Amino acid sequence: MSKSSSAPVRVLVLVKYVPDSQFPRHFDAGNRLSREESILSELDEYALEAALAISEAHGGEKVSPVTVLTVGPDAAAAAVKKALQMGAASGVHVSDEAIAGSDALATSRVLEAAVRRVQPDLVVTGMSSTDAEMGVIASMLAARLGWPQLTLASGDVELSDDAATLSARRDEDTEVLTLSAPLPAVLSVTDQANEPRYPNFKSILGARKKPVETLALADLGLSPELVGPGGSGVSVLEAGDAPARPAGRVIVDDGEAGVALVDFLAERNLI
Amino acid sequence: MSTILYFDSVSAPLSGAERELAAAGAHFGGPVAVVGSVPDDAAVAALARAGVGRVLAAAQDPSGSLAIAQADLLLAAVRELSPRLVLAASGARETEVLARAAALSESGLITSVVGLDDELTAAKSVLAGAGRSLSRGVTATVFVTLKPGAVKAQEAEAVPTQGVEPVETAGRSGAVITSRTARARGGRPELGEARVVVSGGRGTDGDFTAVEALADVLGGAVGASRVAADNGWVGHELQVGQTGRTVAPELYVAAGVSGAVQHLAGMRTAGTIVAVNTDEDAPIFELADLGIVGRLEDVLPQAAVEIARRRA
Repeated sequence: MSKSSSAPVRVLVLVKYVPDSQFPRHFDAGNRLSREESILSELDEYALEAALAISEAHGGEKVSPVTVLTVGPDAAAAAVKKALQMGAASGVHVSDEAIAGSDALATSRVLEAAVRRVQPDLVVTGMSSTDAEMGVIASMLAARLGWPQLTLASGDVELSDDAATLSARRDEDTEVLTLSAPLPAVLSVTDQANEPRYPNFKSILGARKKPVETLALADLGLSPELVGPGGSGVSVLEAGDAPARPAGRVIVDDGEAGVALVDFLAERNLI
Repeated sequence: MSTILYFDSVSAPLSGAERELAAAGAHFGGPVAVVGSVPDDAAVAALARAGVGRVLAAAQDPSGSLAIAQADLLLAAVRELSPRLVLAASGARETEVLARAAALSESGLITSVVGLDDELTAAKSVLAGAGRSLSRGVTATVFVTLKPGAVKAQEAEAVPTQGVEPVETAGRSGAVITSRTARARGGRPELGEARVVVSGGRGTDGDFTAVEALADVLGGAVGASRVAADNGWVGHELQVGQTGRTVAPELYVAAGVSGAVQHLAGMRTAGTIVAVNTDEDAPIFELADLGIVGRLEDVLPQAAVEIARRRA
């Protein structure tokens, strides 16, 4: 399914509905994350912004308006809605009770099937979700699709004038890379890549009219055994709150706190 | 049963993290190193001294591409050896390569593991450090990326080297690396490996002089909060937190860092945490073993001078 040269590039952004990290987050009795107070993952806003910028820079002839896709329960429609308010043109919501409890491996199967149905030329994701924090979905999906991955782009995301080649900068711990890949490809962007836009009043009103397609597993041709806990490669045995760190002591600087700090480090053999 | 250890690259002498991975491989049995860029003789010898005699690398060096060629190499090794475990450090490159190979071999993947026991139960710190989980792979091969110290294993005895076995792969390149530039770090230790990290935040108001001076007297690395990095006071490569680096040094000094959830996620497993902040209600104090309510520009230089005095 390599990209044909005449049709506009189709861009699909993957977004996730996650518990708001501004509030305390907990697991339920089934070792699953409680999903009240959930929102569009903050890190996915950077993916959407990158996609919108590519689409806008190339106009409607080279690059189509952006579609967003989420996999999640009914309430995850809120994440699609927020993305439409930010500027995406249409949404796809894959929702099926059988998918609940899928690990990254099973989730990547669902995403592969969804991408093959939507048929984009470019898939854009954030650097990781803010709940599972694995940062592996872009790689797993690219592997399944057999597409190049241009991952953890931290800036200079550019699509060539002929809309055939994607390039970006990737800031690693010890070096800075420039990457280049032909479409179709999977792009993931970090929170350094751009400044996501805020929805304005007009775009919030306009979002109501934008189309959202809801798909179940059967629409993707996936059987339920391939997803959920039974289709996962990892089983969660236990999940809960982390043990609290023992309380330390707090002192107020009386002019000698620097010396007290050194005494403390010496007690612990840290100097 | 073999254990595959994936290294993005290896050079002699091995780093602490590389020796730890080799020891973990020997501990779980039948260690075989798979190396993403072709290692030289000295690196192969160093692996053998650390207990890993068998080393596989791609017949064509894949280091000019991102993830695809390395993952194809790893996948070929997994199909050949049917290992119980594939282990790697939890860096970005290793994680991507393992993610691809796990997907293509339909295997379970557990990332950023802080403890892996003999039953292969993996402990993780989750929800930015607020939660913990235990999980286990249910597939024939399980892929695991490890945080430092995750496997309690003695360093293995040296074994004879068998040289590098070249592995033929499909030769797909995917995204290519068209340029690479090393990042300077001013002679300080690498943030992820440093024994001591001194971080500055909003409270520095852009002046990292006191932070750097204390880091240098302690032989440590300099870190930063997201606010400090976003303001351009230091490079983003020094940002500690959920979207930056995760560090677990013996000592973490947070100076003028308020302690947002996203920052705490990157440092809460440090051995000892010291916080200096003018705001007595800063959340960082809840995590600190020693909290000092005061001005960092007073406390840090005084501590640096005192350390130098005691050592003199």
